[in-house]
Amino acid sequence: MCAICGCGDTTLAGHDHDAPHDHGHDNHAAMDYSRGPAGLHVTGLSQARTIRIERDILEKNAAFANANRARLRRQGTLALNVVSSPGSGKTSLLVRIITCLDKRWPIAVIEGDQQTSRDADRIRATGVKAMQINTGKGCHLDAHMVGHAMDHLDLPANGLLFIENVGNLVCPAAFDLGEAHKIVVLSTTEGEDKPLKYPDMFAASDLMLLNKSDLLPHLEFDVHACLGAARRVNPRIEILIVSARTGAGMEDFIAWIAARAAPASHPA
Amino acid sequence: MHEVSLMENIIALVEDQRRLAPFGRVRVIRLQLGALGPAEPDCLRFCFDAVARGTIAEGARLDIVMVAAQARCPACQRIARMEDRFDACPFCAHPERHMIIGGELRLAELEVA
Repeated sequence: MCAICGCGDTTLAGHDHDAPHDHGHDNHAAMDYSRGPAGLHVTGLSQARTIRIERDILEKNAAFANANRARLRRQGTLALNVVSSPGSGKTSLLVRIITCLDKRWPIAVIEGDQQTSRDADRIRATGVKAMQINTGKGCHLDAHMVGHAMDHLDLPANGLLFIENVGNLVCPAAFDLGEAHKIVVLSTTEGEDKPLKYPDMFAASDLMLLNKSDLLPHLEFDVHACLGAARRVNPRIEILIVSARTGAGMEDFIAWIAARAAPASHPA
Repeated sequence: MHEVSLMENIIALVEDQRRLAPFGRVRVIRLQLGALGPAEPDCLRFCFDAVARGTIAEGARLDIVMVAAQARCPACQRIARMEDRFDACPFCAHPERHMIIGGELRLAELEVA
């Protein structure tokens, strides 16, 4: 088992953690013992001492994320990390946008869920390659899991990689996967104050998709208040109002993707 | 509860440290956690014992030093405390500020014997 991910419950369909790894597992910052309270490094096993370390707990994840990002850049792939609470319609949105894009770019999808490959099956039904990651007890994808999934996907050059994170508005905010952008999906059947209640995710995202707009006539959902809440948490967030069911707003979403996919890709 | 995987990362860092400069046991693991950092202190404490069991960190005390968040206003350049991510600048009311401290989670130091 790989010592880095520490996630013994995590399974990657078709992947054995004992398989040869092509990534390094050593990425340690320099350590300076002279900065400790005593001003020097005291040797000896029995002596009580304080060791000053100053290391970011997420540095291993950051190293994997940077490796993923470098690999995506080499391949000209635009990676988008799609996050939301469960049931906001992430998979339905992906199915819809993949259909609307109609092979304009080669696409691959990584699906993160606690259990089952139901989401990857739905994506594959559109004809696109998909890799399911089951996180078991884990509540988020990390960059290490995504790197392994990329190994198995045979990423197309100059294409799009959608990463559908585990449905959870808290934990995935802290884990960079190497993506170019996080896209947060909020649906009209949730509260309009959700950006204020879960600010980390909305602060970390570059685009918010307000999904299930087709239900608005039947709901008491204040769109204006919702957009205001999102912009209060993140004044730079872009917002599109969409419906995975009817396809409303998909042209705008395609334009948003196109504006970012072209700079990411390499000339043939 | 991503605090479990964060705690596993913390214990891996302690094990790295022991490989570099061997010690017998860990008495205290001291973390610095920003007030707007990626974890809740109570959740970290809650899962610490379970994650530490059978590792180098078993029996150690977990000491979490909270770091208040501060942000710089891009409009008036002044630095002030940040209670929430969406606090406006208290001096000029500019809506967006850049956090300069208070988003971190770091293993600060170990007391070992």
